[in-house]
Amino acid sequence: MTERIVAAFVPLVDCAVLVAAREQGFAAEEGLDLVLVKEPSWASLRDHLSLGHVDCAHALAPLPVALTLGVGHVQVDCSAPFVLGRGGNAVTVSNRLFDEMQGAAAFTDPLETARALAAVARRRVPPLTLGMVFPFSNHNFDLRYWLAAAGLHPDRDVRLIAIPPPLMVDHLRAGLVDGFCVGEPWNSLAVAQGLGSIVATQSQLFPRAAEKVLAFRSAFAEQSQSIAKLLRALDAAAAWVDEPSNHAALASLLAQPSYLDLPSEIIAPALAGRVHFASGADVSDRSFLYFHRHAANEPREADGLWAYAQMVRWGQLAASERAERCAATVFSPALYRASVRDVRTTTRPGPFSFDRIEFVAKDVPAYLRQFDVHTPFADARAQ
Amino acid sequence: MTQRALKILIIDENAVRAAILEEGLRVASSGEESGTLEIHHIRDTANLLARIAAVDPDVILIDLENPSRDTLEQMFQVSRLARRPIAMFVDKSDSATVQAAIDAGVSAYVVDGLRKERVRSILDVTISRFHAFDRLQSELHAAKSALEDRKIIEQAKAILMQQRGCSEDDAYVLLRRTAMNQNRKIAELARSLVGAAALLPLRERE
Repeated sequence: MTERIVAAFVPLVDCAVLVAAREQGFAAEEGLDLVLVKEPSWASLRDHLSLGHVDCAHALAPLPVALTLGVGHVQVDCSAPFVLGRGGNAVTVSNRLFDEMQGAAAFTDPLETARALAAVARRRVPPLTLGMVFPFSNHNFDLRYWLAAAGLHPDRDVRLIAIPPPLMVDHLRAGLVDGFCVGEPWNSLAVAQGLGSIVATQSQLFPRAAEKVLAFRSAFAEQSQSIAKLLRALDAAAAWVDEPSNHAALASLLAQPSYLDLPSEIIAPALAGRVHFASGADVSDRSFLYFHRHAANEPREADGLWAYAQMVRWGQLAASERAERCAATVFSPALYRASVRDVRTTTRPGPFSFDRIEFVAKDVPAYLRQFDVHTPFADARAQ
Repeated sequence: MTQRALKILIIDENAVRAAILEEGLRVASSGEESGTLEIHHIRDTANLLARIAAVDPDVILIDLENPSRDTLEQMFQVSRLARRPIAMFVDKSDSATVQAAIDAGVSAYVVDGLRKERVRSILDVTISRFHAFDRLQSELHAAKSALEDRKIIEQAKAILMQQRGCSEDDAYVLLRRTAMNQNRKIAELARSLVGAAALLPLRERE
């Protein structure tokens, strides 16, 4: 008997593993009917997940951490037993902003690029407005970290605004934002339409970062017999997605109206790690976005702790040992290891950062003390 | 004791749905449960925060799938609005209403400290009005497709009459019988007939 599992997703290249699991028969092989539901925004996806209208979701890595900690929304215990993609985001700036930054940066060193951006930001009145996708997203955290490294305070010196990925390019066209951090293919679309230039990638800023995960409510994960099957199906699908000879077929799948609803030429470059960079040349970056190799799918507690640390740094959450433990538990690799037969042992260490400040998962408070720029820390007693 | 008028802000690009909701709230406003309501409507979402601040609402009602919700929630987090609205889901005490709201595609943001019964009656009205709007939409859709069906059947009849030299009634009987034999809908059969006829050189009958 086939079991039905409903998964919500937001139209982005990194929903590829879920799409392949359904369309290439990997879910069916495990006896699953995997149903995919497209969501217009992350808030909508979160609500459908937290109230059990869907069984699981293609989620921003920090989202199940925020839900589990009850930050910004109702508290719902979640787990993220599978990483759907590492990397894949980029920063795109408007043509005007790009012109103002030029001369100051070669766009190969992210720190130098950030300084060029900071020099413009300090002159701009009203302040630069930059788009990101959700308060609990790597996009928000990466932008903040990157701007702060160049001495900007992300709460005071620029204006950050949350915009769902499919609307990002429209906002740039309408001049409502000067730039944004978003996942593919929305950067490539902006470049193809001549609206802006890519000046930094997530793989430059935070190589190997867990970007999207499959998130479950823990209550569902505990009572469902199907999760192990689903994880096996996703693992097989991820291997298929990572294979370059499948990329043309995958790009046509993702191009369909029920998924990204965009021409496959816009989708294909991100899969191949081909980024049309600001310098005018295509940069080939094999680690720009990857789905399976280097044990990409195995969640690591450090991924959850990194999100927790950023939430504390930017005042979304008060630091506490309890919260820290919860965040680590969300990214426990136990279920992945128990479900997927062929677990690769060559996990690469991480997360890393462009500024060479090492993330010390074992001592988050000490890690955070290294940063001058942060939002006033939330008070633990107020929680 | 008279209650202060409750300020409700409807954010909806769909003017018809907003009007249906507004009317429903006005009717409810005359009842005792929710007290007096002051209703505002924002249709396009440019410069949202400033406009919300100008209204200073107690309750914000918005379509669950409205993509502006991401922007809205982040703005509430960072803004210095005196009274920050929070998502209704944060209050877990009334999960039946919350479930009903999600089912209907309603999402609400409510400022803290508001009496639950007042919010609840507003939500109930909103939920039923969203459902009413959905019904209206599907009736409209059904009426539209019925009209299209009738048109295509007329075209199929005309083709049959021309090709077989039969009367309109005979053409219809033929269509109906064939559809029945093939276990298909008449409109469906008519559609394939009209589609296929476009490929064939039509014989002129003298």
